[in-house]
Amino acid sequence: MEEDIKPDKKINIKGLVCPYTFVKAKLAVEDMEVGQVIEILLDYEEASRSIPKSMEDHGQKVLKVEKINDTDWILLIRKEKE
Amino acid sequence: MEFTEDQLQRYSRHIILPEVGGKGQRKLLHAKVFIVGAGGLGCPVGYYLAAAGVGTIGMVDNDTVELSNLQRQIAHSTKTLGIHKVDSAKATFEALNPDIKVVGIKDRISKDNIKDLIKNYDIVVDGSDNFPTRYLVNDACVMLKKPLVSGAILKFEGQVTTILPGEGHCYRCLFEEMPPPGLVPSCQEAGVIGAIPGVVGSLQAIEVVKLILGKGDVLKNTLLIYDALKTTFRRVKVPKNPHCPVCGDNPTITELRDYDAEYCRI
Repeated sequence: MEEDIKPDKKINIKGLVCPYTFVKAKLAVEDMEVGQVIEILLDYEEASRSIPKSMEDHGQKVLKVEKINDTDWILLIRKEKE
Repeated sequence: MEFTEDQLQRYSRHIILPEVGGKGQRKLLHAKVFIVGAGGLGCPVGYYLAAAGVGTIGMVDNDTVELSNLQRQIAHSTKTLGIHKVDSAKATFEALNPDIKVVGIKDRISKDNIKDLIKNYDIVVDGSDNFPTRYLVNDACVMLKKPLVSGAILKFEGQVTTILPGEGHCYRCLFEEMPPPGLVPSCQEAGVIGAIPGVVGSLQAIEVVKLILGKGDVLKNTLLIYDALKTTFRRVKVPKNPHCPVCGDNPTITELRDYDAEYCRI
């Protein structure tokens, strides 16, 4: 099922570290409509754990956290609330 | 409005808060706050609002920096002795944050200028050190329906309250008339611990930030009293008085008067 989800927006935050990883991700989500999905590409390992946690704390839905190669992760987040 | 990379870094600890975010930070950057007095309270209020990125900060004060101010008035320094307080504070705040603009007014606030001074601002902060100004600011804010965050300090004590005209109490609901001259001593006569205005001014700054963001509960219908000797905060309920002479159902004060002159004549 997850594989079918097409993101409405993609951002690449490789090279960024916390808290700017979350700052960028959060601002991108703010600009979306409720129900839309964002794909986030990152290479800072800590953010692969902290962004999903913070997004859930803020009421958003984490659809996927996947390590795609030695350095990078992809997150899929659905906006659930403003 | 897109944030610059510098702004993302500067405001990152705001933006990651659920209650602020990019939207809240933009509200702060577009907000206009007027501070009465660039002294003990005006310094920390202005300092934190400048740091928070409150876009326009107006300040009125007619005094120059004196050595006796520096024990508590943290926007000024030994290097700015003799300079107008609003110029000294403007330089400090704009050095902290070049995003913001400080409009300094070297004048005494009076019944004749107060409405013009505050009319283009969203929120007013009272950091004055005397009763005539406190009542003048209250009455003008009630008449213009401007939210007012009022603070007062003396010795080891501080008070904060937030006045939302039409919604909650005003200063005259709390104390209808000024105390007679001499009954309440001034800081000049009685002294004050330097960090007291820091505590009270910080509380005022947070009230302002919450009003701008539209988040949380402010001190509406409430007076917060800080006792530094006991290290206690006490909340006192202040209901809106329907017979209040300025914000009640049938107000008797409908225009501003020169309270200063009246006060000194008594």
